[in-house]
Amino acid sequence: MINAEPSGPAQAQQISGDDDVVRVRQLVRAAAVATRLSLVDQTKLVTAASELARNTLVHGGGGRAEVQQVTNGRRNGLRVRFVDEGPGIPDVDRAFADGYSTGGGLGLGLSGSRRLMDEFELITEVGVGTSVTAVKWER
Amino acid sequence: MDRVPVLALGDVLLVSIQVDLEDQLALALQEDLSDRIVSTGAHGVIIDITALDIVDSFVGRMLATIAAVSKVLDAETVVVGMRPAVAITLVELGLPLRGIRTALNVELGLKLLRQTRLQPFAESPADGRGGPADDAPAALDVS
Repeated sequence: MINAEPSGPAQAQQISGDDDVVRVRQLVRAAAVATRLSLVDQTKLVTAASELARNTLVHGGGGRAEVQQVTNGRRNGLRVRFVDEGPGIPDVDRAFADGYSTGGGLGLGLSGSRRLMDEFELITEVGVGTSVTAVKWER
Repeated sequence: MDRVPVLALGDVLLVSIQVDLEDQLALALQEDLSDRIVSTGAHGVIIDITALDIVDSFVGRMLATIAAVSKVLDAETVVVGMRPAVAITLVELGLPLRGIRTALNVELGLKLLRQTRLQPFAESPADGRGGPADDAPAALDVS
């Protein structure tokens, strides 16, 4: 469980097409600037969000993204959450392996975005859907 | 649908990506570039990503594919203008873009392409001129 209490309003974006992946990037970038993340952290966060949004679209058949400022009492950060009601992930360990792909990509989406974020939580159930929650803290 | 413009500069094609790339736009660019390499007989491709504030695995794969396809069509690809934060993120993402030549800006990218083209001639005994290091800067003064 990620220790992060909401400290700002949540913003949401539906993901149902390519252009929505671009919209998620823009939403996350604006929120990262507002949270005063460093330029490198903004870049890592937006890149991870782009990977996760594409996962939601390609593997989850679409879904929604949610972005919210959070705090753990000591530091502020930005939390992103991607939720779909797709097929779920049968083998989570394999999905996290670099280079493993079922979508014809490079297989870096999950493992790469986990490396780029500070906190990362994946909940999935076959036939029900997948949700990924991740946080980037300010330094 | 929008298109990313491809400019011809002598025997080099220059692509400056100025928009947040949608996946479909990236795929269209890949095809446009291959067509233009063949129709113009270009020997070099420069992709300027100065304006991109992120490169995710999709765009990274597009760059790698463009470089590989260009190579098959007898053109070298140089990616220029990558921001430092983008480079850090790409390496951490696990996509260090091996096999893609890079330069810091368009000018250095052009220089790299010229040197690559001059190299075989410089090694040939039939070529009476100096080495590539002497020729390269002169070849650049075309502006």
